[in-house]
Amino acid sequence: MRYHDTLKHFMAAGAAALALGAASAGADEFTRADLEKWRKEFMAVVQEGERLFHSGKLGGNTVSCDMCHPNASNTHPETYPKFQKQLGEVATLRQMINWCIENPLEGKPLPLDDPRMVALEAYITYERRGVKLDPGKH
Amino acid sequence: MSVEKITRRSFLKRAGAVAAAAAAPVSLVEIAWGRSDARNFTFAYISDSHLTQIKGTKFVSNFDRGLKRAIAEVNFMSPKPDFVVFGGDLAQLGKRAEIDHGLELMSALRAPVKWVVGEHDFYLDMGEYWAEKVAPLHYSFDHKGVHFVVLNSILTYEDWIRKWSTPEERMLAMARLDNPQGSPFMVGDAQIRWLRKDLAGVSSDTPVVVLSHSPLYKVFKPWNFWTDDAEKVQAELKRFRKVTVIHGHVHQVLYNQIGNISFYAMMSTAWPWPYPVSYVQVPNAVPKLTVFMNRADPHSERDGTGWGWLDLDSGRAAMHYELWENRPRTVRFDPKTGRPVDTVYQDPDKRIPPQMHY
Ligand SMILES: [Fe+2]
Ligand SMILES: [Fe+2]
Repeated sequence: MRYHDTLKHFMAAGAAALALGAASAGADEFTRADLEKWRKEFMAVVQEGERLFHSGKLGGNTVSCDMCHPNASNTHPETYPKFQKQLGEVATLRQMINWCIENPLEGKPLPLDDPRMVALEAYITYERRGVKLDPGKH
Repeated sequence: MSVEKITRRSFLKRAGAVAAAAAAPVSLVEIAWGRSDARNFTFAYISDSHLTQIKGTKFVSNFDRGLKRAIAEVNFMSPKPDFVVFGGDLAQLGKRAEIDHGLELMSALRAPVKWVVGEHDFYLDMGEYWAEKVAPLHYSFDHKGVHFVVLNSILTYEDWIRKWSTPEERMLAMARLDNPQGSPFMVGDAQIRWLRKDLAGVSSDTPVVVLSHSPLYKVFKPWNFWTDDAEKVQAELKRFRKVTVIHGHVHQVLYNQIGNISFYAMMSTAWPWPYPVSYVQVPNAVPKLTVFMNRADPHSERDGTGWGWLDLDSGRAAMHYELWENRPRTVRFDPKTGRPVDTVYQDPDKRIPPQMHY
């Protein structure tokens, strides 16, 4: 109750931003604990991506991504988007992931914002950490 | 039938380049070979077919097609190879159904087969079915003055073998190339003792060819491009003047020279592995000598796969890589430099952009 009263007061004073900041730590202010938490969230998704990448159930024929791409090598996430002559257009990594799911894995493509797609992208990119961005490279 | 047609067409396409477009089957071997020493001979090499059972009689058709095509092309070789080496990983998860399926496909070959066991054939039942139905796990034979030794190089430590709760779990763990819970391959002391005995009666002038599944040297441990006791095996081979090791497992063009030993890897009929240089998190020891195969185009099912054949004139090997979507390559021992060299691409100025891996 008191909080709302205070909020009203500040809003009336035209200092809403300041008040929100004080109530829930500003967008530009985070702690070590936050960093750790976000890292954990990220690594959990990477781990799920690693699991899917090595799973025979992502596609339809028991074949898994790692059979051609151990440690996600030879996927070159740093080069996307790039022109894929086989598709005749500039494509993203997610489109290529779906291409692999549909063809060598004989499965159904994932929606581009599917959490599994995000996890696969996270794992593939994480295994390539430290390599500089080079969009368009072949 | 359709496999044979494709094969014939692709052979004709190449033959066209040497202006012999007329009758099939065309002999590439004679064209490249041509010497008439009676001791010269060729043998073919098919490897890493990884036949994968989906369920029942359903297998991954991509991998079936690779092996069938290699078999059809070997059958077209003229003159015929004296024998065919199968370099291991016939199956994907060591299942009897997969090995049986492989034996059925391979029975179409019109030449005798010398079998090498791979880890994918082995770790379900520790080689029991292979030894019973396919071939001994290690053995030797002599052929036209050359001593051949087949090693089982994919053994590993007892503790690792025993740590899994089921054979299926163990097989899956070993089948995953990039498994951080994996275990390095080795030949083992017992087999090395057998090797010493086997070689004891062979003169140092006799050319020796060792057939193994893993490379008998150390390239990259995280993917088991590696044999833990490779140096011990190399030591047993040291006194021979001409030693060639031919191996599978790495699914790529790879060659090297260590001391007196020349090493050549075979392609897979199923899929290519990347070079360890393209995994940037861990250092590798990929031989500087190797001119890489072309980066594979995933949109072309058979790109980055193939088979090979070797001739052994003068007791040294020349490896001919039959690459289905690329120009074939020949890597042969060069007596001047004392190591294998690619007959076209060895000079850095001659290399082409797809050979750059990153
Ligand atoms: Fe293999
Ligand atoms: Fe293997």
